[in-house]
Amino acid sequence: MRKLQFHPCGNFKESYLEELAIFATDFGRLWMLIGLVLLFGVIPIPFISSPFALYILNTIGIYAIAAIGLNLLIGYTGQISLGHGAFFGVGAYAAAILATRAGFPFWAAVPAAGLVTAAVGMIFGLPSARLKHLYLCIATLAGQFIIEYVLVQWEGITGGAEGISVVGATLFGLDLGNDRTFYYVIFVCLVVMTWIAVNLVRTRFGRAFIAIRDNDRAAEGMGIPIFPYKLLSFAISSFYAGFAGALYAYYMMSITPEPFNLWLSIIFIAMIIIGGLGSIPGSVFGAIFIVILEEVLSHATQYLMNIGATGIGITIAPLREFVFGLAIVLFIIFEPKGLAEVWRIVRSSFRLWPFSY
Amino acid sequence: MEFFLQLLVNGISLGFLYALSALGFVMIFKSSSVLNFAHGELLAIGAFLFLVLSAWAKLPIVLAFALTLVGSFALGFIVERLFLRPLIGEALIEVIMLTVGLAAMFKGLLLFVFGGDIHDYPEFLPEGLSLQLGTIQVPSVYVAALIIGIVFLILFGFFFKYSSQGIYMRSVADNQPAALSLGVHVRRVFALSWAIAALVCAMSGIVLGIINGVNVHNLSGIGLKVFPVVILGGLDSIGGAILGGIIIGLLETFTGGYISTSLREIIPYIVLVFILMVRPYGLFGLVEIERV
Amino acid sequence: MENNIRLLINNISVVYSDVIQVLKGVSLTIKKGQIVSLLGSNGAGKTTTLKAISGLLKSENGKVTEGSIEYDGEPVQNSSPEEITRKGIIQVLEGRQEFKYLTVEENLRVGTATRWGKPFKKDLEMVYHYFPALLARKKNLAGYCSGGELQMLVMGRGLMAQPRLLLLDEPSLGLAPLLVKEIFQIIRRVNQELGTTLMLVEQNANMALQIAHYGYVMENGKIVMESDAEDLRENPDVKEFYLGTAASGALKSYKDVKSYKRRKRWL
Repeated sequence: MRKLQFHPCGNFKESYLEELAIFATDFGRLWMLIGLVLLFGVIPIPFISSPFALYILNTIGIYAIAAIGLNLLIGYTGQISLGHGAFFGVGAYAAAILATRAGFPFWAAVPAAGLVTAAVGMIFGLPSARLKHLYLCIATLAGQFIIEYVLVQWEGITGGAEGISVVGATLFGLDLGNDRTFYYVIFVCLVVMTWIAVNLVRTRFGRAFIAIRDNDRAAEGMGIPIFPYKLLSFAISSFYAGFAGALYAYYMMSITPEPFNLWLSIIFIAMIIIGGLGSIPGSVFGAIFIVILEEVLSHATQYLMNIGATGIGITIAPLREFVFGLAIVLFIIFEPKGLAEVWRIVRSSFRLWPFSY
Repeated sequence: MEFFLQLLVNGISLGFLYALSALGFVMIFKSSSVLNFAHGELLAIGAFLFLVLSAWAKLPIVLAFALTLVGSFALGFIVERLFLRPLIGEALIEVIMLTVGLAAMFKGLLLFVFGGDIHDYPEFLPEGLSLQLGTIQVPSVYVAALIIGIVFLILFGFFFKYSSQGIYMRSVADNQPAALSLGVHVRRVFALSWAIAALVCAMSGIVLGIINGVNVHNLSGIGLKVFPVVILGGLDSIGGAILGGIIIGLLETFTGGYISTSLREIIPYIVLVFILMVRPYGLFGLVEIERV
Repeated sequence: MENNIRLLINNISVVYSDVIQVLKGVSLTIKKGQIVSLLGSNGAGKTTTLKAISGLLKSENGKVTEGSIEYDGEPVQNSSPEEITRKGIIQVLEGRQEFKYLTVEENLRVGTATRWGKPFKKDLEMVYHYFPALLARKKNLAGYCSGGELQMLVMGRGLMAQPRLLLLDEPSLGLAPLLVKEIFQIIRRVNQELGTTLMLVEQNANMALQIAHYGYVMENGKIVMESDAEDLRENPDVKEFYLGTAASGALKSYKDVKSYKRRKRWL
């Protein structure tokens, strides 16, 4: 048996493989195992989690998948996209249409929706061949509006403002109609997608993405074909968005074009900024933070309405948006590296306790 | 033919409004390269400030107008100081997201104070302003908007062309290190450009409010309309913004008139994507020279 | 004696991005009303010295880590460029950094930024008096001016600020010999007639030493030689390495051990 690895005090890495390793120590592996056991073994036990808690967890899981995709695009490749919410919607609609019209089963419809969205994402990624920074950002904004329009207007396929309802998701004969079974589906997907993303950024693709983010001209000079890689990044990111959107469609059971608006795109960007740009765990933290923030805010307003202060409740409802904006602003000004950095600091202070440094 | 002419006139007036609202945006971008997503909210704040002063506090219109401009000027200054100054030199996405966050904050606050309803200004425009061009009617609000817009354009033209402060602002946009070497207070120029932009926004917000009524959602929506306008104009030119605004206005009214009303809202963005594919720096923008 | 000194640089070190040390203990003195020229090969640290004085290091992530810069007896190291320019030190940047989309006259008016709101008509006349070529083009966009006109423009722009110490970075860069001569004559006239103290960074050592009162030679971030301009002009090393008029007149090579040794001494 090989020796257990602990954190050395200093940088003693001897090979690139060590540098690239996901887990620097065996403790990391242990913690991950503990985390997985908690996630799949302990949390779903009915005694521990109420349906409402499961609902929140499921929402977090779905958003986290989409946020990871967006982080691959913005945080790793440096291509700002304001259309992620629309891509999420494309995935949701693709899954719903495939399931209801073409009779795709759940296990096929979800990845297929991801692929459809990847194709759509590549179309809207085409401007990235010539555009950078602000111009690309605005081109994706236009993409967001165009997709929204198509979802509402193409009534023959999307059902217009009425939307589509998706019922009876089953997987291997299992009914996915309740929160608990769906919890397993979502979190297995999340774990797999996270695993893929973490490994992707260690490959030549990931390194090419990072090179393009840091200096695309220099990357091109070093022989990285930047346009194909940018397109690939758009495709992967949209695949994640579409995949998450498809899960959302099955989970919600009926979808309308309404939720997939610019605000959703902004929420996704807020997740990865609050979580930490260029950090896969950061995307998950961001999703957790945003979903919980939203729930807390909406419950606070509901609570106020219930205790008879209906007037106050209604008038302070817009304050949700205010608090949301405030959270984004404060994070950008005070902790621009996001929750991932906070987590790193907390972790290392534990590790080094009682001797910091 | 008459329908066509009516659409033409409507399109030009609408486009002029867009151009007017885009001015503040261009000003901020030109001096400090910040893409301001809170633009629509700045429009709304100006419009509501005027509403409070004119309809609620019942101040004389001219005084209310002047106070609104002063208030917005101060607001722009404060916003720059508090939120944007710490981010000078940070990555683009963070600055963009900061303005998105600001937009959400402002919108939330405005909805909290004023609600989502449409408010109206008291009637104060003289009746005789409406124009009769042959068979075509131009309503008085549009004429007023046109007059206010042209007056401000001329004023700003003079400010940037002849006043020292205006020349300093242009010098910063042109060559920042050189401006710094001559002692131009670059941070002050940034603050000033936000202040002036907020002032212009307030003015456009008031004009839009006169025409459509004051509503948070409408005005912040117009803030997004600004993007196709300025992209057409090339992001950094005020003349381009005016032309871009008129093109977008015409595009919208003609699409609405001849093709479909639902396509009307989206057509600027479709055109935008195609233009960006063909001419990545807009129709009138300067091609930036990049070096590694 | 004390009062005679406009700028006193005392043993400064400059570090960029906390890592790259460019100046390693530079000291120099500029007396009032003099032209001081700073010579040296590319990368010797001349421009960095100027930027350390004018405060422009900051925007390039550089810092004066040691030593002091005293201007009229007041320490100014690491102050912001806004403060320093308002005290009367103006740097004319290398490579003619004109404002392309402003007209010539507007360019000149930016020079008044340090005393905003004060009348500037007289200064404009003064600048047009020294640089008559600018008068003819005052309504043209600076982006369309020729190199010589631009050099006059940026120098005139610096003079608009009524500087007490004008730092000129390579005014002869990329200009025809005749124009260089003209520009240097104007510099001398400005010094004599307006009494402006000037610091001149140059590659064209010959011209610079003709108009300067005092000269410094820099190499690798250090001052390796200083003297009156006349002495420098006569110095055999300077002659050989900067003026290009070696005694023998023949091309030099590393085989010429003696000169190699002499050069080595400076490093």
